[in-house]
Amino acid sequence: MISPAPKLPVSLVANPRLSSWVQFTDGGRVAISPGKVEIGQGIVTALAQIAADELDVDLGRIDMIRASTAMSPNEGVTSGSLSIQQSGRALRHACAEVRERFLAAASERLGVDAALLDIDDGTISGPGNVRTSYWELAGEVSLDRDATAGAPAKSPAGRALAGHSVPRVDIPDKVFARPRFIHDCALPGLLHGRVLRPDVSRAKLIALDEVATGAVPGLVAVVRDGSFAGVVADSEAAAEAALKILRKGATWSTGEPLPDEYDLAGFLKSQPVQTTVIDARTATSPKQAMRTLRRQYTRPYIAHASIAPSCAMARWEGDRVHVWTHSQGIYLLRADLAIVLKLPAESIIVEHMEGAGCYGHNAADDVALDAVLLAKAASGRPVRVQWSRHDEMSHAPFGAAMAIEIEADLDADNEIVGWRHAIWSNGHAARPGRAAQPALLAASEIENPYPRMISSNPPAANGGGGDRNSVPLYDDFPAWTITSHRLLTMPVRTSALRTLGAQGNLFAIESLIDEIAALRGEDPIAFRLRHLRDERAKDVIRVAAGRAQWKPQKRSGIGYGAGFARYKNTGAYCAAIAEIEGAEDIRVKRLTLAVDVGEAINPDGVVNQIEGGAIQATSWVLKERVRFDRTRITSVSWTDYPILRFSEVPAVDVEIIQRPEIEPVGAGEAAHGPVTAAIANAVYDCLGVRVRDLPITRDRIIAAAELAS
Amino acid sequence: MPSLQFRLNGAAIAVDVDPDQTLLDVLRSRLGVTGPHFGCGAGECGACHVMVDDRAMTSCDMPMWSVENKDVVTVEGLGTMQQPHPLQRAFIAEQAMQCGYCVSGILISAAALLKRNPSPTEAEVREALDRNLCRCGSHNRMVRAVLRAASEMAEP
Repeated sequence: MISPAPKLPVSLVANPRLSSWVQFTDGGRVAISPGKVEIGQGIVTALAQIAADELDVDLGRIDMIRASTAMSPNEGVTSGSLSIQQSGRALRHACAEVRERFLAAASERLGVDAALLDIDDGTISGPGNVRTSYWELAGEVSLDRDATAGAPAKSPAGRALAGHSVPRVDIPDKVFARPRFIHDCALPGLLHGRVLRPDVSRAKLIALDEVATGAVPGLVAVVRDGSFAGVVADSEAAAEAALKILRKGATWSTGEPLPDEYDLAGFLKSQPVQTTVIDARTATSPKQAMRTLRRQYTRPYIAHASIAPSCAMARWEGDRVHVWTHSQGIYLLRADLAIVLKLPAESIIVEHMEGAGCYGHNAADDVALDAVLLAKAASGRPVRVQWSRHDEMSHAPFGAAMAIEIEADLDADNEIVGWRHAIWSNGHAARPGRAAQPALLAASEIENPYPRMISSNPPAANGGGGDRNSVPLYDDFPAWTITSHRLLTMPVRTSALRTLGAQGNLFAIESLIDEIAALRGEDPIAFRLRHLRDERAKDVIRVAAGRAQWKPQKRSGIGYGAGFARYKNTGAYCAAIAEIEGAEDIRVKRLTLAVDVGEAINPDGVVNQIEGGAIQATSWVLKERVRFDRTRITSVSWTDYPILRFSEVPAVDVEIIQRPEIEPVGAGEAAHGPVTAAIANAVYDCLGVRVRDLPITRDRIIAAAELAS
Repeated sequence: MPSLQFRLNGAAIAVDVDPDQTLLDVLRSRLGVTGPHFGCGAGECGACHVMVDDRAMTSCDMPMWSVENKDVVTVEGLGTMQQPHPLQRAFIAEQAMQCGYCVSGILISAAALLKRNPSPTEAEVREALDRNLCRCGSHNRMVRAVLRAASEMAEP
């Protein structure tokens, strides 16, 4: 048998030059340059651990370099829980090869067989007390060469740091308030910009009274390019003051109507769509269906609602521009900027700086184009643009609303013999850099506008979009058809929000599973275990159930529910048990989760992601819904768009099932689907009501109870 | 512009400002104190919390005239790498954040709580932090960190 040729990790295939990932720098330092960026998920620390392990250097020697199109490997976008998979594997491989090359050079210099050499914190030594180091040899070993598939990485047992909860490298700065966020960076000569955006959805700017702003001290420029208008001033206060005056003197068109927020399913199902059959399975020996359960589930538009408004800086030098951004994809943003500016990509440098958590495609990219356009009027000085809370909540893309219909055919024993799952939703991705037209907001506002990009769905091979996690994980369902209807209109702007369609699909699937188990009088955990064959899947369910002491005795006013998923059907396994208290309102008291991400590089980092995902999902389920009337988004503040507060946050208990021998996958989106379903199922357990429309509020429970009776 | 005096992180200062300008804007743009963050500009998220005479207050909607002769403490005034406040030590020990943008405001709310109530219960900690929003879901870690700091401060 011929063993398959060893394969390079995808990020290394795209960026094979070793020196673009690793460099040994002065003072005994190691510079590691990933193409993925820190968005509060702790990725920089986990990647540093991987590099330190393979190179055998102390973590403290490693400098993690912020990604920039001027020098970093192009790793696309930091999203989809793929950074450990893509960047981690690439770094592990690149560092293993670098280590091998240095050992070979050391062997030559020291006259000792490479197999007898050892590396300790960068010092290479061998028998007879001979020694050298990475830094001594750096002049002899060129890393300006492409990675090969030859160098094997260490075995799990040989790694000192992977699998350990190393403290995050970025936390001290954040606790001691040392400037690290883009928001806190003051470039020399920095000016401040603000952009005027309409309240009415997609209104065009008809007239602007620019003269009135002249009285504002510190005003540098008023910029207008079609419906794009903004101000540049020497302080934030002056920019705000000028914007206020500009707003008063602006005349807008009537805009374009928004759907009826009280009939989202009706709207989604009445639009022109592109229909795709995602998966179909035909029963080998079809069984007679005695009845069919037909259920519809909906989820609303959900806001990313970062705590920080989006922010960017830009500075022109002749026909070249430098952009500082908290975008998740610096190269993708650069591609869109190049289209809008009609410049070669090489004329644009896009450099990452940390922002607040974004949870997907928010306005980070939009504000970068805003800054670039306003900076044109700044005569070479850098301009910083920061959105308002109002604009952040109304003009940034939202997670797409979904209507999901499932028909389950049941036999005489209420066993599932057929399953049809249909999704109506806008696409879940309209990120920049992936199409011939730009996805940036201002590109649709300038004098010669680009059409607003209708969001699409990533292909199934990348986990899909609206269809993510729509194919059941229950392998023994004999037949199914999964269909996705993607809207071809987009009155409400949508793009990637954590989990894309997985949260909605899992809410639907796992709610109906719970309902069918109840119909059979079968315990929902037992029902799931009976229908699963994958032992890793069964393990997370068993561990979560055991930890939650499933199923605690029935108590009045308390309910328990379960949910399970393998994210994207190929990623992390996660099971959740919710304990809720149902009285006037639903209160989630405790969430118990088990998760399997394969090798957990930084276990506390994984727990942090799962806890955070569980709490954010609880917020989505109990509270969140973008509000609008027929002309404008109306949830434009934290009062109109409440999120879960400290006093409402459940206890969260997480167990990781460590599997160091299995390639690691990301944890950031594993919890949302299972937690959503677990809460909904616990509400049924507590109140006897199936709520199929998110968020689960008091009104929704009353409506569902009335419908059921 | 009138000169306005107040104490900032223990030092007396005077600035020439428009008395209606917000404290947050003056801290960040005039005084280079960037710990307090802008989040909403409406006093709804707590990212801009500072202590004014030992009480945690939003600075994004606080006019300068209202802090005249008051004692203002930002996260920079709590402690340093060399001499950290027990809360700062505890937030590191508990790895109590994801993105960390809200943390400077939360540290201030917690510090104000521990000043008036050195041994709070978990429920009291949650209540004291209820005006601070965290979007990443790091709440429970932060609560644990505050309780850890309180017990550390209680040790003789």
